[in-house]
Order: sequence, then C-alpha cells, then structure tokens
Amino acid sequence: MQLCFKLPLLSLAVASTLGFAGLAGAQEITGAGASFPAPLYSKWAAEYNKATGVKVNYQSIGSGGGIKQIDSKTVDFGASDMPQTDEVLKTKGQMQFPTVMGGVVPVINIKGIEPGSMKLTGQVLGDIYLGKIARWNDPAIKALNPTLALPDAAIAQVRRADGSGTTFIFTNYLSKVNAEWKTKVGEGTAVNWPVGAGGKGNEGVAAFVARLPNSLGYVEYSYVKQNKLNYAVMQNSAGSFVKPEDDSFKAAAAGADWSKSFYQILTNQPGKDAWPISGATFILMHLKQDKPANATETLKFFNWAFANGGKSASDLDYVPMPPAVVASIQKSWGEIKDASGKPVAFK
Amino acid sequence: MSSTVVQGDFPSPSNAKTPTRAMSHPPPQKKARSGPMADRIFGWVAKGAAIGTLLLLLAILVTLTMSAWPAISKYGFSFLTSTVWDPVQDEYGGLVMIYGTLATSFIALLIAVPVSFGIALFLTELSPAWLKRPLGTAIELLAAVPSIVYGMWGLLVFGPVLATYVQQPLQAAFDGVPYLGAFVSGPPVGIGILSAGIILAIMVIPFISAVMRDVFEVTPPLLKESAYGLGATTWEVVSKVVLPYTKTGVIGGIMLGLGRAIGETMAVTFVIGNFNQLDSLSLFQAANSITSALANEFAEAGEGLHQAALMYLGLVLFFITFVILSLSKLLLSQLRKAEGTKT
Repeated sequence: MQLCFKLPLLSLAVASTLGFAGLAGAQEITGAGASFPAPLYSKWAAEYNKATGVKVNYQSIGSGGGIKQIDSKTVDFGASDMPQTDEVLKTKGQMQFPTVMGGVVPVINIKGIEPGSMKLTGQVLGDIYLGKIARWNDPAIKALNPTLALPDAAIAQVRRADGSGTTFIFTNYLSKVNAEWKTKVGEGTAVNWPVGAGGKGNEGVAAFVARLPNSLGYVEYSYVKQNKLNYAVMQNSAGSFVKPEDDSFKAAAAGADWSKSFYQILTNQPGKDAWPISGATFILMHLKQDKPANATETLKFFNWAFANGGKSASDLDYVPMPPAVVASIQKSWGEIKDASGKPVAFK
Repeated sequence: MSSTVVQGDFPSPSNAKTPTRAMSHPPPQKKARSGPMADRIFGWVAKGAAIGTLLLLLAILVTLTMSAWPAISKYGFSFLTSTVWDPVQDEYGGLVMIYGTLATSFIALLIAVPVSFGIALFLTELSPAWLKRPLGTAIELLAAVPSIVYGMWGLLVFGPVLATYVQQPLQAAFDGVPYLGAFVSGPPVGIGILSAGIILAIMVIPFISAVMRDVFEVTPPLLKESAYGLGATTWEVVSKVVLPYTKTGVIGGIMLGLGRAIGETMAVTFVIGNFNQLDSLSLFQAANSITSALANEFAEAGEGLHQAALMYLGLVLFFITFVILSLSKLLLSQLRKAEGTKT
C-alpha cells in the first residue's frame, strides 16, 4: 500500500529532475530591476522566446533592487529607471545603455476642465508640490489659464508613496526648474515630500486622482493613455506648451547628446516640441563577464529588441530609441569583454 | 447530556457478570507497539521543532540588528524621537511611523473590541439557534478576504464616504473650535489615521470575535445555569460568570487582533496616505505607519543608511510587538493575583 503511494511520487521526482535538466540545456538569461519597463520586457521576452527558444526571465523588483542584483552578479542584467553616473559605473566596472523612453505626466481631476486645456509651468508645478500654491484659483495658475473657470478649492496633491524611477524623473525636473524645490526637497526615487498624499504605484496615484475632486498627481504616460486620465500641458524650456505624446518624448531624446555618455536625464531638454518631464530606462551590465555565453545571449536579446521590438513598445505606449542612439548603443557593446579580454559577440 | 457522561464513568455491573456478551465483543487485537526508539525519535522531532522556531526567531533578531546597525550607531535612541525622514539628505527618524502604527492600532482596537464582544455575546447567548451557524460563518469569512481588497475598498469606496458624511460635517461643526477643530482638520479626502484605523478594525473583528465566541462557548453550562437559576440577568451572567471564567482567552483574542493590526501592511498603505508628518495630530491628516513605510520604500532604498533606517524601523516593530505581548502576560498575572486575594 505504502509502495503504491511512493511510486507516483518517485516518478514525479524523476520527471521534474529531468525537466529541470532539459531547461538548463536551453539558454536562459535573467534580469531584474525597474518596474516601469517590466510590461515591455516581459512582452519582448515572450516574443523572443517564440522566435529563438531562448528564455528571458525578468523580475520586476524596482530599480534599487536591480542595481543591487547586478552588483552582486546574481543576474545577467540589471535594469534601472535612474541612470548611473559615469564615475559610479567606472568604479563598479559596469556599463549602461537606454532601451526605451517614456514621460511623466501631471494628471488632474477638476470638474469642467477638459484634458489638455490646463496649462502649467515647472515653476508653478514645483510651488504646488511645495505647498506654496494651495488653491486652484491662485493668481499664478490663473495667469497661465486666463480662460479656464478655475474652482476656489484646495489642491489635493497626490504623489508616489513607494520609491520609484517615476518620482526620480519628476523630482529631477522640479529641481531643474524650481530653485526652492532644489534646496528644500531635491531629487531622488523617494524624497521628503512637503505636502500631499502618497499612492502606491502608478495605479495607486491614478486611483487617488480619479477619486479625489480637485486633485493633482503625476503618473507614467501609459497610465494617462490607458485610463484616459485628465492631464495638463506643460511649458518646456523653449517656452512653448506641449502635449504629452510619443512625438514630444522623441523630441526630448533628440535634444540629448548620447554620443559621449548614456548618462542622460531627459528632463527639461531644449527643443520647442520636447516634453519637459521625459526619461529613459536603462540596462546595466558588467564590463568583464564571468559568463560570456550569458552576456552574448543578453546582448542578442536586446539587439533583437532594438530591431524588432519597436511595435510592441509603441503598442504598450513606450517610445523606442531613435536609430542613431541604437547605433551608438551597439557600438558601446564592444566594451563588454570575457575573462580573456575578448569582446563578447552579440550577433 | 450530562447524565450520559455520568453513567459512562461507572463500570456497568451487568457487563462484568455476563461473559457471553463479553465474548461477542472480543478485546481488540494487540497491535505491535511502537518501540521506545520511535518514541524517542518523535520526542526529538517535537523538541527540534520547538527549538528550531526559537532559533529562527533569534536569527531574525540578530539579522535585523546587524542590518540596522549603521542607523543604530548613527542615531541611537534619538531615532525614536525624530520626525525627519528625508532620503535625499540621508536623514532619518522614526517617530512619525511609530506614532502612525500605534495610533491606527489603538483606533482599531477601540472599535473592534466592543463590536467583537457584542458579536460573540450575541452568537453564544442571544442568537436563535438557526442563525448561529450562518452568522458565525459569515463573520469568519471576513477574515478570508485578502488585505489588498480591504485596502482598495477603503480607498475607493470607504474613503469618499467617510470624507463626505463624517469628515466634512465634523469640520463644519468644529470650525474655529480650539483643539477639536485641529483634531478633525485636513484635506477632505477621507484618508489618514482614522480611515486606516477603521479599516484595520474591520479586519481584526473576525479574529477577536471568533476567539471570544469559542471561549464563551466553553464556559460550563453548569455555572451559567446556576447564575440564571439565582435570577441573574443575561448581562450579569456574562459580566460576572462568563467573562471572569474566560478572561485569558478573551485577552488572548484581543492580542491576536492587535498583532494583526500592528503588522497589517497592504490595507494600511492604501488608506493612510503615506505622508511623513506629525505637525498635525488630526484624525483626518495623512500619516504613515512602520509597515507601510517598509513596503513602500524597501525595494528602491539605496544601500547604506536608508536601508539601515528601514531595518531599524523593523526592529522597532519587533520590539513593540514584544512589549505588547509582555504587557498582556503581565495583565493576566495581575488579574490572577487579584483573584487570589478575593475571598
């Protein structure tokens, strides 16, 4: 009787061992990090698996986690929404390259105001989040929107509660355009917010803004588009008011000089069409590879993604990198070398 | 029912004197006794499980302390009294979160204990028999709802209701009144300490009421019937007989609920507002709790002080739980002592 019970168990165990052995035979690479590009990386991974049979396992654990994981070499690539400075990369022996871009968009919930009709500047946005501008009918907002019927109501500021790359891009922008913000609060994935309620994740902020009358928040562009949120247009560094859309994000990327360093923060970029609160998301890899075979597979995956992943990126409301930037990324891959100093192949 | 028990306790003489009937019920065949070896192995396993748990607890404590050490050595106990939490400047203090955790748990117990007591009382003493089971099951089902559902419900449904029907009328009523006015101030959004406390109360009610009901049910009917026989009212029976008899269980149930309230993360994160401030002690002002800060910031916390400060917060939470457990034990022993001095 007991034996009868054990037999299926045994065969199950044997089968699972064989199964794992089979998996290890096929190529598998792992990455971890930023949650913002996670839906896209998962989609790319699924398509790539269909095309080549290579399995890409991406864990969305947050940018901070991704940096930790790549530092301890537990993953083949790390992902971060916050670029690392060239000095930090040098000391760690790592390199980074951008994959896709996106934008952070101020969203509002005011009765009677159409999406895209509210105009804001970086200075005003910073003052609102500092608590200096506390009501929607403040003269500073009125001066920008003379034709809008602004309510005499307190502004309910909403922001991210969890540390996130979105917050980094947003606070980096505010630091650039609002001097008081820079000295009082500063930039980072989590900051000491002077006012406001914190929602967890983009979905948390979106839910807060949707629920609370007279609220203002900031979310990734894809959340604005998919949830049809009411957004504000922003004044960029050239002085023109732009709408958040693919073209204005691309214009922001075009304004950056990618040829020398990939440490580019795309906020407040020059160009009359550039969306001011744009940002790219980055992949981190070690320059000297202990497992060159995995590095080759990783680079092959991203090479494939740059060539074939543009449509999936646009479908999910991410903005692909311009071709010129992709060319310099591919060039930079030559720096990734195996133990003997030979560049790892990616084609 | 009690009469059958009494009968069973005495050997029936008719059985002993009729061997034929005894033969029709032969004694059960002797099974091979498990050897002393098996006993010993079982003893080891049991002991190992107990010691293993203890070691695990110690290991958690040691790891927490080690990871928190940079923050402990930098701030010491001033961490517990500082309200600054600024990851950009690398300055950390935990008072806001500690206050948030204690305040929300206190509000939760303030609401949950009387309600749970009422539920347990109704189910054991007052409810018609046909209602007992469905009602009891329904309340237990509340415990099976995932905490994120409570959080979403709190944010999307309960928060606006609280803001419209409680907060705004209160603010209108107490506008300009010193202290009370400040107590209910804040943006009319229905998130903050009070809504977190109420959501927590709903979450812990099934735990506390289930334990209370179970211990009320084990009160010997003999005691209750005697009290009723002497002309006691239901309330007198409950307060003078049932509660003293079951106080250990009742306090245990409350502690179980408190433990859950202190440790609850997801639901609190949604409704507390996650705002590091202590300028206003208003019930409607957004605040933060230890678990919520940990959940929100840990994934993106950089190496070094930020992470160590979060670990320090974890250690504080550990300590709070420990103190509360000890206090409840102390309370029980005091109660027992008081019992002893009575004549």
